[in-house]
Amino acid sequence: MRLFKKSAPEANRLEATIGSGDSGQALEAKSLSIFYGEFEAVKRLSIGFERKKVTALIGPSGCGKSTALRAFNRMNELIRGVRTEGEVSFRGVNVYDPDVDAVQVRRWIGMVFQKPNPFSKSIYENIAWGARINGYQGGFDELVENSLKQVALWDEVKDKLKESAYALSGGQQQRLCIARAVALKPEILLMDEPTSALDPISTAKIESLLDDLKKRYTIIIVTHNMQQAGRVSDKTGFMLLGELVEYSDTKELFFNPKDPRTENYISGRFG
Amino acid sequence: MKPVQTARYPEEARGALSFGKRFRPHEAVILALLFFCAAVSILTTLGIIVVLGAESSALFKEVSLWEFVSGTSWQPTIGEFGILPLVNATLMTSLAAMLVALPLGLGVAIYLAEYASERVRETLKPILEVLAGVPTVVHGYFALTVVTPALRGLFGQESIEVYNTLSAGLVMGILILPLISSMCEDALSAVPRSLREAAYAMGATKLETSVTIIVPAAFSGIAAAFILGLSRAVGETMIVALAAGAGPNLTLNPLKAAETMTGHIVRISGGDISYDSMDYRSLFAIALVLFLATLALNMVSRSIVKKYREVYE
Amino acid sequence: MSGREDFAVNLASRHARGDRWRLMFMLSTLLAIVFLGALILTIVDDAFGYVVMVDEVDQRSLVPDDERLESLDAEALRAVIDERLSPRRYRAIERERPFDERTAADLYDIVLYEIVKPRVAETYTLFESLFARRSIVEETTLAHPDGELVFRSWVNMRFLSTSQTARPLTTGVLTAVKGSILTISITILFSFPVGIAAAIWLEEYAGDNRLNRFIQVNIYNLAGVPSIIYGMLGLAIFVRGLERFTSGSAFGASTSGEVANGRTILSAGLTLAILILPVIIINAQEAIRAIPGSLRQSSLAVGATKWQTIWHQVLPASFDRILTGAVLAVSRAIGETAPLVVVGASTFLTQDPTGVFSKFTTLPIQIYQWTSRPQAEFRHISAAAIVVLLALMLSLNAFAIFTRNRLRRQKRFG
Ligand SMILES: Nc1ncnc2c1ncn2[C@@H]1O[C@H](COP(=O)(O)OP(=O)(O)OP(=O)(O)O)[C@@H](O)[C@H]1O
Ligand SMILES: [Mg+2]
Repeated sequence: MRLFKKSAPEANRLEATIGSGDSGQALEAKSLSIFYGEFEAVKRLSIGFERKKVTALIGPSGCGKSTALRAFNRMNELIRGVRTEGEVSFRGVNVYDPDVDAVQVRRWIGMVFQKPNPFSKSIYENIAWGARINGYQGGFDELVENSLKQVALWDEVKDKLKESAYALSGGQQQRLCIARAVALKPEILLMDEPTSALDPISTAKIESLLDDLKKRYTIIIVTHNMQQAGRVSDKTGFMLLGELVEYSDTKELFFNPKDPRTENYISGRFG
Repeated sequence: MKPVQTARYPEEARGALSFGKRFRPHEAVILALLFFCAAVSILTTLGIIVVLGAESSALFKEVSLWEFVSGTSWQPTIGEFGILPLVNATLMTSLAAMLVALPLGLGVAIYLAEYASERVRETLKPILEVLAGVPTVVHGYFALTVVTPALRGLFGQESIEVYNTLSAGLVMGILILPLISSMCEDALSAVPRSLREAAYAMGATKLETSVTIIVPAAFSGIAAAFILGLSRAVGETMIVALAAGAGPNLTLNPLKAAETMTGHIVRISGGDISYDSMDYRSLFAIALVLFLATLALNMVSRSIVKKYREVYE
Repeated sequence: MSGREDFAVNLASRHARGDRWRLMFMLSTLLAIVFLGALILTIVDDAFGYVVMVDEVDQRSLVPDDERLESLDAEALRAVIDERLSPRRYRAIERERPFDERTAADLYDIVLYEIVKPRVAETYTLFESLFARRSIVEETTLAHPDGELVFRSWVNMRFLSTSQTARPLTTGVLTAVKGSILTISITILFSFPVGIAAAIWLEEYAGDNRLNRFIQVNIYNLAGVPSIIYGMLGLAIFVRGLERFTSGSAFGASTSGEVANGRTILSAGLTLAILILPVIIINAQEAIRAIPGSLRQSSLAVGATKWQTIWHQVLPASFDRILTGAVLAVSRAIGETAPLVVVGASTFLTQDPTGVFSKFTTLPIQIYQWTSRPQAEFRHISAAAIVVLLALMLSLNAFAIFTRNRLRRQKRFG
C-alpha cells in the first residue's frame, strides 16, 4: 500500500514499519482541531478506533460529528476555508503529512453518506467505476457480484445490473453506495448517518449488514439514533460542542456514563 | 341620537355589507388587455407560419417540392430552385462552428465549474456573458478583416478564396462559444455536490471526478447546449453574409466561397427585389426550411433540459 | 490485507494525466478569452492609426505665402471658392444652403473637400502605428513624397456629427445614429408594455390550462427563432401588408417628397419589437416570479383587489428586475442587422430621418455596408462605427443599471 505522493526513501521506511501496526488501532486522531474560518468546529479531538470493530459517534446536532468524520479521510479539504490541525494516524502514517496523497487516503478509507448518492450510471458501473480508476486487476463481474452480495443486494438487482442506479429504492441505493465503497476493499468505512434518510425496514437491513461488514472492515458510524448506536456498535464516543466528552464501550457508556453531560444526553434531557 | 360619524367607505354609506361577487368593469377590461398581449405571441407564430407558408406554396406551384429539396443548383435567373447548395453551405459553416465551439466551450465550462477559484469564476462568467452580447455584424467584420487574411496567409493566397465558409464558420464558433460554455457551466454546476463527494471519497482524482462522473451526469444539459448552439449557428446571418461569399455554390471545400440559406436571403432582399416575383417567393421558401429546422432543434434542446431538471429537483 | 495486491499502484500516471488535462482546460479558457479579446482589440486597432494624406490640389497654391488654409477668414475662403470651385458644384452647394449664410468653418470644409480634395493614400492600424513608426515614416517618404503622415482617430467629432455622405473621409454616423435611436424608441414603446402585460397575464392570471401552456411553450419557441425570420415577417406584414399605415400615407404624412412605401422606421421598429418580445416576456416573468407570495397575500388581506395588488405591490417590487431584463433585450435589438436588411434598410440616405415615417438606416446596417466595401478607408470607418455602436449599447446598459439602483434605493427607503 502506498500513501505517499512519491516513493521517497523515507516514505519506504515509514511503510516498512507499518507491518507491526496490525495489532494496534486502525485509525487514531491526535488532538485534531478543525476550523471553519475562525469557528472551531472540532476541538482537540483525540480518539483511537479499534480494528474490525464498529465505533459510533453520537451527540447533538451541530456538535461536530460529521466534521470529525470527514477529517479522517481528508474530505474537509473539498470545502473552502477549512483548516485542520493535529494528526490522524492511519497505519502509522499521519494522513495530513504534506507528502501524503489525499486521493490515496480516501481510496483506503471509504465513506458512506447520509443521503444515498449513486452515480448517474448503471448499477454495474457504480461499483466497477471506483475499482477501474484505482487500477483493479481482477475480474470486474466477479467483483460486482461479490460486492453486491456483501451488502445483500445481489438477489434484488442481479437481473438489472445494466439499469440506472436511480431506478432503485432509497434503501437499495444506500446499500449500493456501501457496496461501491467495499468494492475498493478499503480498511476503514466511515458512515455519516447512513440510515437517517431511510425507512425503518431499510434501516434494519443496513444495521444487520454492519454485523457482517465488521468482520472485514473497521467501521466508524455517526448516528443521531441512540438505539441504533446501542444496537450496532462496540464502542461509542459522545461529542458535545466540538469536544469528545466520553468514549468507552457502548454498554458502559449507555448504562454507566461517567460524565453528567453524557447522562443528560442519553436520558434525553437535551439535544 | 345618531353617532356623529361620517361614512368613509362605500359600504358604510350603504349601511350594509355585501359579500356577493362584485363586477368590476375596469378590471375586466384590464384582464382582456393582458390576455391580448399574451396572445400577441400566438399571433406572431401564426403570422410566421402563414406568411412563410403562403409565399412558399406560391413558389411550389411553379417549382415542384421535389425539385426544391433535391435540386443541386440554385439559379433563380434560369428558374432553377434547388436548395441543396444553400443547405450544404449552412451545414458546412455550422459544422466548422461546432468544431470550434464544442470542445472549447466544454473545456471552458469544465475549467470554470470544476477547477477555477470562485474569484476567477465570478470574473470570467460575466465577461463571457457580456461578450455574448456583441452584435454579430462585429463578428462578421472580424471574420473578413482578421480571420480571412490570417487563413490566406496560412494556406496561401491561391488555395483559399477571399470569401470562404471556413473563415465564417470559425468566427461563428467564436460567436456561439460563450453561449455553449455558459450553458454547459450551468449544467455542470447543477450536478449535486453529493455526487462529487461520492467520487472523491472513492479515491478519484479531480480529472476522474470531472470527466467520468460530473460530465456524464450533466450530459443532457450539455447536449441541450450543443443543440441550441447548432440552432444559433444555422440561423446566424451577418457573419456568413459578410465572409462566406455571395452566390450559391455546391462544394465541400471549406476554402471556397459558398452562400448559406441566411446569406442568400439577406443578399437578395437587400437589393432591389420586386414583390410577387419568383425570386421573392423563393426567399420565403428558404426561410420556411430555416424556421422548421431551428424550431425542431430548439424543441429538442428544451425537452432535454426539462428532462435533466427533473432528475435533480 | 488480502485484496490489496489486486490493485495496481497507478497514482503517478493518474496525477500526471490530471495535470495534463487541467492544463488543457486552462488553455481552452485562455484561448476563448484570447479569441473574444481579439474581437474587441481588432476594432480598436482599426479605429485609430496613421494615415498618409495626399492633396489633389496643393494647399499652398490657394493661399498667400505667409498664411495657412486653416487660418483664413470667411471672406478669404469665399474668394478661394469663387475662384476655384466648378460652376456646377457651386450651384449645387449654393442650393443646399446659400454661401452667404455659411460660417467660416463651413466654408473651410467646402474648400478642403471640394477643392483641395485630400485623399487617403495609405492607412495603418493602431499597433502598426505604435510599434512600427519608423518603417512607416520611411515607407511614406519613399512612396508618397508629397503626402503628409498624420495620426487619425477615425472616431472623431466630425464623424459623430456628420450625416451620411458617399466619401469615407467626410461621412459620419449621425444619420445612422438617429435612425438607430428612432427605431429603438418605437421598439421600446411597443415591446415594453406588451411584454410586461403578457408576463403579468402568464404569471398572475393564467390558469393551468391548455391555452396558457401553449402560449408559454410558444414564447419559448419564438425566443429561438432566427432573427432573419422576423425580418421576413416584418417585410410581409409591416412593409407590404400594412403599407398604408407604416408608410404614413393613411395619416396624410408625406415622406419628404420621396415615394411613400412601407420601408420606414416604423416598420423597422415594430419588427424589432416583435423580435425581442419573447425575451422581454421571459425575463419579466422571472422577475415577477421572484416576488414572494407573502407580499401578494398581505396586500389582498387589506382588501385590495387582485389588479390593485399587482399594480401597487407586485409591479413596483419587481420593476427593477423587469427593467434590467428588458434593457438587455433592447441592447440586443440595437445590434440586430439581418432583419432590418430584409425589412428594407436604405443603402444610402441623402437626408437624416425626421420621424417614424422616414426611410431608415441604422448603425449596424451602416457597419454592414461599410464592411462589405473592399477599400481600406471603409474598413476603418466601419471600425469607428462599431466603436460608436458598442458605446451606445454600453451607455444603454449603464443607464439601466443606474436606474435600477435608484429604484432599489427608493424601494428601501420609500
Ligand atoms: N461548511 C461549513 N461552513 C461553516 N461552518 C460549518 C460548515 N459545516 C458545518 N459547520 C459548523 O460546524 C459545526 C459542526 O457541524 P457538523 O456538520 O460537523 O455537525 P454534526 O454534528 O454533524 O451535526 P448533525 O448531527 O446535524 O449532522 C456546526 O456548528 C456547523 O454550523
Ligand atoms: Mg452531520
